[in-house]
Amino acid sequence: MAEGEGQAGRPAYLKITDLTKSFGTFMALKDISLEIFEGEFVCFLGPSGCGKTTLLRAIAGLDIQSTGRVEQAGRDISALPPSERDFGIVFQSYALFPNLSVSRNIAYGLENRKAAKADIEARVTELLELVGLPDQGNKYPAQLSGGQQQRIALARAIATSPGLLLLDEPLSALDAKVRVHLRHEVKELQHRLGITTVMVTHDQEEALTMADRIVVMNHGVIEQIGTPLEIYRDPATSFVADFIGTMNFVPASVAGADRARIGGLELNCALNGLDAGQEITLAVRPEDIVVRDVVANEPNSFEAVVADMEFLGSFFRAELTGPEMGEARLRADLSINLVRRLELSEGQSIRIMIPAEQIRIYPAGARDG
Amino acid sequence: MASVTAPAAGLKVKPKVSRDDWTMRAFMGVIGLYLLVALALPLYAMFSKSLETYSFHLDQVEFQVDEGAGWGPTLNALTLGEELGKFSRDDQASSAGSQIQVTEFFPDFSFLSETKYRVRLLSSGIGRIQAGGEAITDTNWHEFSSNDFRRVSIRPGESTGFTNYLDYFSTPALFTSIFNSLTIAIISTLVTVTLAFIFAYALTRSCMRFKGVFKMIAMVPILVPSLLPGIALVYLLGKQSLAIRILEWIFGQETVAFLWPLLVNGPYGPSEVYGPVGIVIASVFFTFPHALLIIITALSIADARLYEAAIALRAPKPKIFRTVTIPGARYGLISAAFVVFNLVITDFGVPKVIGGQYNVLAVDIYKQVIGQQNFQMGAVVSMVLLIPALFAFSIDRIVQKKQVALLSARAVPYEPKPSKGFDSLMFAYCCLMAVFILGILGVCQFAALIKFWPYDLSLSWNNYNFDVMDGGGWESYGNSIRMALYTAVIGTVVVFTGAYMVEKGRGFGTGRAAFQMVAMMPMAIPGMVLGLAYIFFFNDPANPLGVIYGTMAILVICTVTHFYTVSHLTAVTALKQMDPEFEAVSQSLKQPFYKMFLKVTVPVCLPAILDISIYLFVNAMTTVSAVVFLYSPDTTLASVAVLNMDDAGDIAPAAAMGMMIFYTNAGVRILHAILTRGLHVRTQAWRAR
Repeated sequence: MAEGEGQAGRPAYLKITDLTKSFGTFMALKDISLEIFEGEFVCFLGPSGCGKTTLLRAIAGLDIQSTGRVEQAGRDISALPPSERDFGIVFQSYALFPNLSVSRNIAYGLENRKAAKADIEARVTELLELVGLPDQGNKYPAQLSGGQQQRIALARAIATSPGLLLLDEPLSALDAKVRVHLRHEVKELQHRLGITTVMVTHDQEEALTMADRIVVMNHGVIEQIGTPLEIYRDPATSFVADFIGTMNFVPASVAGADRARIGGLELNCALNGLDAGQEITLAVRPEDIVVRDVVANEPNSFEAVVADMEFLGSFFRAELTGPEMGEARLRADLSINLVRRLELSEGQSIRIMIPAEQIRIYPAGARDG
Repeated sequence: MASVTAPAAGLKVKPKVSRDDWTMRAFMGVIGLYLLVALALPLYAMFSKSLETYSFHLDQVEFQVDEGAGWGPTLNALTLGEELGKFSRDDQASSAGSQIQVTEFFPDFSFLSETKYRVRLLSSGIGRIQAGGEAITDTNWHEFSSNDFRRVSIRPGESTGFTNYLDYFSTPALFTSIFNSLTIAIISTLVTVTLAFIFAYALTRSCMRFKGVFKMIAMVPILVPSLLPGIALVYLLGKQSLAIRILEWIFGQETVAFLWPLLVNGPYGPSEVYGPVGIVIASVFFTFPHALLIIITALSIADARLYEAAIALRAPKPKIFRTVTIPGARYGLISAAFVVFNLVITDFGVPKVIGGQYNVLAVDIYKQVIGQQNFQMGAVVSMVLLIPALFAFSIDRIVQKKQVALLSARAVPYEPKPSKGFDSLMFAYCCLMAVFILGILGVCQFAALIKFWPYDLSLSWNNYNFDVMDGGGWESYGNSIRMALYTAVIGTVVVFTGAYMVEKGRGFGTGRAAFQMVAMMPMAIPGMVLGLAYIFFFNDPANPLGVIYGTMAILVICTVTHFYTVSHLTAVTALKQMDPEFEAVSQSLKQPFYKMFLKVTVPVCLPAILDISIYLFVNAMTTVSAVVFLYSPDTTLASVAVLNMDDAGDIAPAAAMGMMIFYTNAGVRILHAILTRGLHVRTQAWRAR
């Protein structure tokens, strides 16, 4: 597995062992084990209800797990209340105190720490500059835009220089454009400060662009841990394959050594010695289907009919059927350029090829589609 | 897969409780304890009291007489009593305070004779023999000279059982009150809800003018004690009717003189105003604003899209009303109905003043306790009154929850369109209601300023000379204001802190849920019942908390408890609107919870806190039922003074004092409005969205 790749030998900064959380009879988290290294940016990614926020709240001590251990910097913090842990947190709602000015919001955690007033002021100024809002200190949160408020929340969370930064869907409440912009800024800030960060998100694009490693979760278990590229190129389970990006799932059976059968078609692919006749599911990403310059007797190539074409802005998503494929249907992403050149239209026949190395195999019945 | 599945059933993590958590639990414990002492224990004391029965056990008492020739034969008290025709075996039930002088068993007794007597109990625990200051409970013979014997009496034994309840339900004079109470409650509910619905409809669905003024007028009854409309009706329709004077003025004396006997002897004659008719009219007056507020809320959440859809489907207006308006407001209507029902059935002021011979449960409690000193029966009636009150309360809670669910749905608010005919009709109706409400007040003010109705109509301040009347004089007015201020300040602190602990506490789920439940209880407990329960609990000599009995403290505690629920709900609603993550952020920044509470929670919730304190103040000024059993000569209250002056026949001064309460409350309300506005201006910068 990809876990800890390139980190071998380094001790984990945050170590979660056999963690479970149940609400009554419902198991929100089942046997979660996970290591996060110092300075890493890790995303918990999954659909709503998968347990990602529950896991974050367990790490924060806001909703303590039923069983299992959480260690931070070598210290067992499993049972500690939030106030005895070492983290800063940013919520989707920003949770800025409405009646305190921006400066006082940021200074909130710095007070009562025997710091001189001037030092606190200097720190607040420094943080305001860090998040790019140097002149906004005297305003109230309600007078700022959503994106600005979220930056203030971030500044408040890192004001006390915590060892761990927790972000609970921090960008979800923002407009699409602001979100993309802030994504970049947060990532850059994290990189600059080198603070270990865990972010919860349901937005795969966010996770793919920001994270060093992604933890994909579903139904309270971890489906896969890996770098964005690993997760995308090499999804460990059909859930991950389906959840991240788009994937064609085609029911198939094993025809022989590294040969799979779909309808009347046999394709080369790595089957790792599965027995002939066994039912499997074959998966391929729409962008991996080759349409250009496919010659007649090329391996893994066959004739298909363009049943439908959906215009999606920068590309077309074509739905392909064909006598050879039997019942199966494939979606292929075709660039506008390509469609123009091949003068493709609905009902037309084309020859397509699926590269063997882009085909992934999952157990039968996975993600019927 | 990523997870290294270690199936070992891990040890359950026991969260460490932080110092903040402990502090919060301690706070909640203190307030929980307060509610226990101020609510649960008194109610329990009252329940036990209702089961307490007293009876004589004469068959267990024996006498011997020595007339100089040694002790004579043993004489059984019951046998003696039956022989004398004074007592019988079936007739030994009693109340706590009764006693039988032993000399009653010896008709020829003379305290000057040389005769010696002795007396004993055959078994212990069935009563006692009181000899002067000494209580005898053992089974030995006790000897007395004639002179001492006349001070010996037999006291009843105490036992536990449902006898009091059996008595209650076999005494028609008592249990008919149940039907009376239900009758007036149901009729008042129907009338009030109908009137309030039309009023609310006018305010939300018409384009008439002066909506704000009408709404303000409609809220006026909240500011006066429920005794006041009763007093006004006595003036308006009673034996010296103001209404007649007005009719005479309009139609001429002769016409009225001709018609009046017809009215007097008819069903609406002035003597009839004392009774159900008067109770219903006065109840409608004081419950109107409560129903109105609920129904306005229900009508305001109407979704304009439903109306647009109905119009697009060409539904006729009556059908739209039937299929869209009514169903949308149904929870509000049901809720309003049960709230009014509860208010009327538990109200004491109105039937006390204008009920006449028409007995209702709340007044029965008062009569049993104050009139007959029969505390056990008072407790029984209280338990009976609890049943409809609890029932109405539970229904209202269930319905309110559903209403909240409707509220959260996203709806496009309905905007009424002008319609001349309809708007004028609604305007006329609202004017009529405003005249009714202001008329009641006007009559009271008029009555208060008239020298001696109906004989001397000159104006004077005589009726404000409270110091020469029963009820405690001007001092009671001062007491009331002090009590209301204490209640407002202490109550707001207790209620808001309690609500904060429940709403924002961490862990300790069962404790918080239990607290929430207890906090809801006071609303279901009628004021009379609470007050009586306080007597039983705090006046018990064995209770060390008894020191507060008869002081200002018990009045404040009782009033805070009585109005706890609504205040608690206001606080909880305000707290729920705050971001639930504030506490999490504060903890992550390692700040103590009280910093968060004082620097953020309280300032943000200040409008709600002001609302709670004004609510407590106004109610503390007007409440009678909760405190009528608890005041002492040093702590007489204005509202109770109204009651007592009315009782003593000083109706005009009662009206004058009632109006003093009204002006005080109105003044405080205005102050509150100014404060709220000022606050709004000051905090506009950060409240703006």
